[in-house]
Amino acid sequence: MLEVSDLKVKYGEVAAVKGVSFSVPKGSVVVLLGANGAGKSSTLNAISGLVASTGSIAFEGRPLAGQPAEDIVKRGIALTPEGRRVFPSLSVADNLHLGGAAHASGAELKTRIEAALDRFPILHERYHQKAGLLSGGEQQMLAIARSLMAAPRLLLLDEPSLGLAPLIVDKVFDLIVDLKQRGLTILLVEQNAERALEIADHGYVLQTGQIVLAGTGAELARSDLVKQAYLAE
Amino acid sequence: MDIVLQQIVNAISLGGIYALLALGLAVVFSIISLINFAHGELMTVAGYGMFFAAAVSLPFPFAVGAAVLFAVIAALLTERFAFRPMRKADATGLLLTSFAVSAILRVIFQNGISARPKPVPLPSGFAGVIDLGFLHVGIVPLLSIVMTALSLTALTLFLNRTTLGKAMRAAAEDFQVLRLMGIKANRVIAVAFAVSGALAGIAAVLWIAQRGSVDPLMGFVPVLKAFVAAVIGGLGSLTGAVAGGFALGILEVLFQAFLPDAALPFRDAFVLGFVILILIWRPDGLIPAPVARRS
Repeated sequence: MLEVSDLKVKYGEVAAVKGVSFSVPKGSVVVLLGANGAGKSSTLNAISGLVASTGSIAFEGRPLAGQPAEDIVKRGIALTPEGRRVFPSLSVADNLHLGGAAHASGAELKTRIEAALDRFPILHERYHQKAGLLSGGEQQMLAIARSLMAAPRLLLLDEPSLGLAPLIVDKVFDLIVDLKQRGLTILLVEQNAERALEIADHGYVLQTGQIVLAGTGAELARSDLVKQAYLAE
Repeated sequence: MDIVLQQIVNAISLGGIYALLALGLAVVFSIISLINFAHGELMTVAGYGMFFAAAVSLPFPFAVGAAVLFAVIAALLTERFAFRPMRKADATGLLLTSFAVSAILRVIFQNGISARPKPVPLPSGFAGVIDLGFLHVGIVPLLSIVMTALSLTALTLFLNRTTLGKAMRAAAEDFQVLRLMGIKANRVIAVAFAVSGALAGIAAVLWIAQRGSVDPLMGFVPVLKAFVAAVIGGLGSLTGAVAGGFALGILEVLFQAFLPDAALPFRDAFVLGFVILILIWRPDGLIPAPVARRS
């Protein structure tokens, strides 16, 4: 579904991603692992069109590279950015509304908001509250719900469990499994390697902008590199 | 008693004009961090809109419409041809661009129209006074207050009820994420300029209603005041801009009314001195812009 080859991202003179290639098959969960600064977020931002990149990115057989972020989400790729980044002074309702406004209108937009509230009952309770007043976990749910308003076929999740209490982290991973079962393809960037590899079909380990290891979730969980670097064993 | 009420009316009416101008600056600043010093020239363009409308004998309400329309079009043109190409520039680059736009427009007015003031005929009723029994209110201050209230209400409804308005508020908090939602950056920015142009147009009408003429430098003083008002309120904060505008208007009227005659020439020094005190008390302004929390 998504084919990335020889992707490079530079910020000025600093190369953040140095020729990364991987693929995300339709209906799968693929995880990118790596330490801070390994180039995971830059990879997602490049796919979403937020940062300039070289190399090739193809989605459903057609090239993506060079298109602005506004157009890429219309092609069916939504990014839930690191740090949730809900619009704090806007209500939950308005956050969801803006998530869908460019993709649907009228009755269809309403249906999508209702579907989001069904899936995330907590957002229903908080519907008229400012998003900035929500807890971290609630904001993460809102951020994902807002991304889903675009009805994407590929969801990019950047560190969805970062900074959340363990109980909430469980909820986030349950949600990812649920979304996958509903047919959504997911590219996940995570620090929580243990949980991510449990649900991942495929994984890649990035170090200083390059892929140093690839395999199925189970293979990576057994590999010495991952055990030493990312799993607390 | 009468004099106090009179001064309150004056303060609200003047503060309203500053509030509209400061809002115009804040709407754009909150989204692209541009302090648009060409905002005053948008006022001037609106003034010439009124002048030309009167020259072809359009009735006054159409002249008001022409003023707002001219300012909106001018705002959109400066966005498209001056600020959009400079989008990647830093805050200083944008600021200098706005000085350039301002200077170019002034030269166009001076050489293309006239360096001298052009009279803008006002309806004769504008000179009138309404007697409320306990207080005499001039038509112009009253109209200013009504227009300001209507404009602020309309803007509030726009920002809270429409998708584009919500998108503008979201853009002020996190523009990148708004783009991730598929909402076009260029469109949101253009709308912000159009709104700021409309506000400048309305302010220009109120400004001209007090003086009855337009000249190439007309916008210079008001935009400086608007900038001061926006800073008092908290740069980039919309409610702050309104608060700052009214605060500045009230200060000016207060000092004008109650300073001894010998000190009156130094009114602006007193006002700005007070502004400094406000900023020492609240360095980020009265109502600072919300900063998106990033974890």
